[in-house]
Amino acid sequence: MALSRRTLLGLAAGVPASAALAACGSSGPSKGDGTATYWHLSGQPQEGVRTGAVERFNEANPKGQIKVTTFENDAYKTKIKTAIGAGKAPTVIWGWGGGTLRTYVEAKQVDDLTPWFDENPDIKNRLFPSSFGAATVDGRIYAMPFESVEPIVLFYNKKVFADVGVEPPRSWNDIMALVPKFNAEGIAPFSLGGQSRWTNMMWLEFLFDRIGGPEVFQAVFDGEKDAWSHPAAIEALTKVQDLVKANGFIKGFSSITADSNADQALLYTGKAAMMLHGSWSYGIQQTEGGDFVSSGGLGFMNFPPVEGGKGDPGNSVGNPAQYLSISSKASAKQKEIAKDFFATGVLADNEVKEWIDTGAVPIRKGSEKLLAESKSSEFLQFVYGIASNAKAFGQSWDQALSPTAAETLLDNIAKLFQLSISPRQFTENLNKVIGK
Amino acid sequence: MSTLTGSAGRESRRSILPWLAVPALLFFVGFAVVPLVGVFVLSFTTWDGIGTIHPSGLTSWRAVLTNPGLPHALWVTFLVMAVSWAVQTPASILLGTFLAGRQRYRAVLSLIYFVPLLLSSAAIAVAYRALLDPNFGLGAGLGFEWLSKDWLGRPWLAFGVVVFVVSWQFVPFHSLIYQGGVQQIPQSLYEAAQLDGAGQIRQFFSITLPQLKYTIITSSTLMVIGSLTFFDLIFVLTEGGPGDATRVLALDMYKRGFQADLMGPASAIAVILVLMGLAIALLLRRLGGRDAGESQLEGA
Repeated sequence: MALSRRTLLGLAAGVPASAALAACGSSGPSKGDGTATYWHLSGQPQEGVRTGAVERFNEANPKGQIKVTTFENDAYKTKIKTAIGAGKAPTVIWGWGGGTLRTYVEAKQVDDLTPWFDENPDIKNRLFPSSFGAATVDGRIYAMPFESVEPIVLFYNKKVFADVGVEPPRSWNDIMALVPKFNAEGIAPFSLGGQSRWTNMMWLEFLFDRIGGPEVFQAVFDGEKDAWSHPAAIEALTKVQDLVKANGFIKGFSSITADSNADQALLYTGKAAMMLHGSWSYGIQQTEGGDFVSSGGLGFMNFPPVEGGKGDPGNSVGNPAQYLSISSKASAKQKEIAKDFFATGVLADNEVKEWIDTGAVPIRKGSEKLLAESKSSEFLQFVYGIASNAKAFGQSWDQALSPTAAETLLDNIAKLFQLSISPRQFTENLNKVIGK
Repeated sequence: MSTLTGSAGRESRRSILPWLAVPALLFFVGFAVVPLVGVFVLSFTTWDGIGTIHPSGLTSWRAVLTNPGLPHALWVTFLVMAVSWAVQTPASILLGTFLAGRQRYRAVLSLIYFVPLLLSSAAIAVAYRALLDPNFGLGAGLGFEWLSKDWLGRPWLAFGVVVFVVSWQFVPFHSLIYQGGVQQIPQSLYEAAQLDGAGQIRQFFSITLPQLKYTIITSSTLMVIGSLTFFDLIFVLTEGGPGDATRVLALDMYKRGFQADLMGPASAIAVILVLMGLAIALLLRRLGGRDAGESQLEGA
């Protein structure tokens, strides 16, 4: 290739481009600016509710504006981490609490909100008390819980149950007894988007709780040595492998992802009879499943008890709420705007209504009446009941643990479900990352 | 290769030429050397990507080298490299040789064959994942039982799919290289062979293939080094799964760094990747002999 004028021009054009690239980092917060920044997740219907709340706040507060940027779920997880690491975090950080919040706290990147909550007890008192667990690190509150509570629910297809002539399971033995009956009819007993891994994890969360109670995972969370080797853990891991061996899950579950909603489609098309999934699945089935939900095809229940298990059958697991933190790198003015937003903008009446319309239960107390009036009232009241009555509401393990431990956990769960490791190997691998 | 000869302007060009390399050099230093040094330094630290960076000596290296994940990821990386090379090279040579003919329909065909290369890896991966879905994919849609397998859910099937999709994407590019290579072969060689009564197949093995020696080395270098960096396609297609069946080194690096918050070990893997790439490139150059970089046209 000979050097031509064009390539030279190309090179010359490349220099400003590199200068522009190098300047990329400057799009973060600028100090002393009167505008707070706020990053959250894109994707309807939730994005509309989040953005709507900010718009109303901005209208009411012309002097303290909030600027929103949205990101797709997985992209956000990487982006926010990189931004915080580079000291370019937005004023308001949207998150899931738990282990990730702890890493922010340990790096001194988010403000301690405990004094603010102490000064404003009514803000704290109007939210579900259970939502504060994942916002608390070493006894201090570092995030404002908001949005909705999302327990994991056992969904089932009522039409398929009627066709096969069976009843929803009331215990683990019922589940195992249903498996051959559905398989005989060519229907998968359970839908599962196993490639996503956290989907498999929900099974373990419930089995651990129902067999051994919430203390079993709590010991892991507290960093107790060899906590995974608890006999209840071994029993739960064995039970889940029994279910895999009995063909309890849809053929090819290891290659189905949850973000494509293929697992949801298996349930509403009747290819699978049941599915363990987050309560947000209701909204997805409502929008994508045609008349499946509106015609009363979707059944839902809490995970059934396991024979001889210690856990309370009313316990639940999932996301107790979503969380907003304030970047410690923000200016005083920005922090003030953020706190204003937390106090007057977050979970205001309009927003509460909008969450209910999307089929979600906002974590604000006293919304029972609105829930009852909604077109999805049966489901919403069911979720509200779980959230307010559960003696223990465990946070999803991958959110509760540190990212380091969570990644090992998810990897080993995938292998456990593929039967490529035994329950013993699983516990050995995970005991090594306890407390990391 | 450009041959900037011609005696008249030689002196003045000599004085300008080095300066023309300055922008490229700046790019190289800014976007390759600086990050490389940074990664090397990071591999001797412990860092979660957010908090402070703690120098920790060989801790990260020890963590990587004693982790059973590393030999496995190396093995998978090597397998992907070797198998996709073995699949792509014969296919690309045959396709390239065929497309080097002068007929007009071949020009049209070569355009069509080129299409996969124009698509982004992520888009290809998403499309294949949808097509291979055991319940809603192509097999289920057309009612072909044999096609509706758990393609991405069984370790060896998933590995095969990765190699297939990689080949599907890159064979067009390498065909193009071979097409160019074949067109460079002097027609006189074929004419002489025809006079001696050599058939098409004999001509291919006795003229085309030996003449393509350096093209093969170039193309193989690109394939092998390129396969070290396969990431986007595998990430979207299988996420390294099922289990860790398709977890190549580059993916292992990403997962440790950005999902498990272990920047130190991830940097160590990055250094290993760089060293492997350099070693393989040098090895391939050796195989090609000292004259590999020289023009083949002179004296042909």
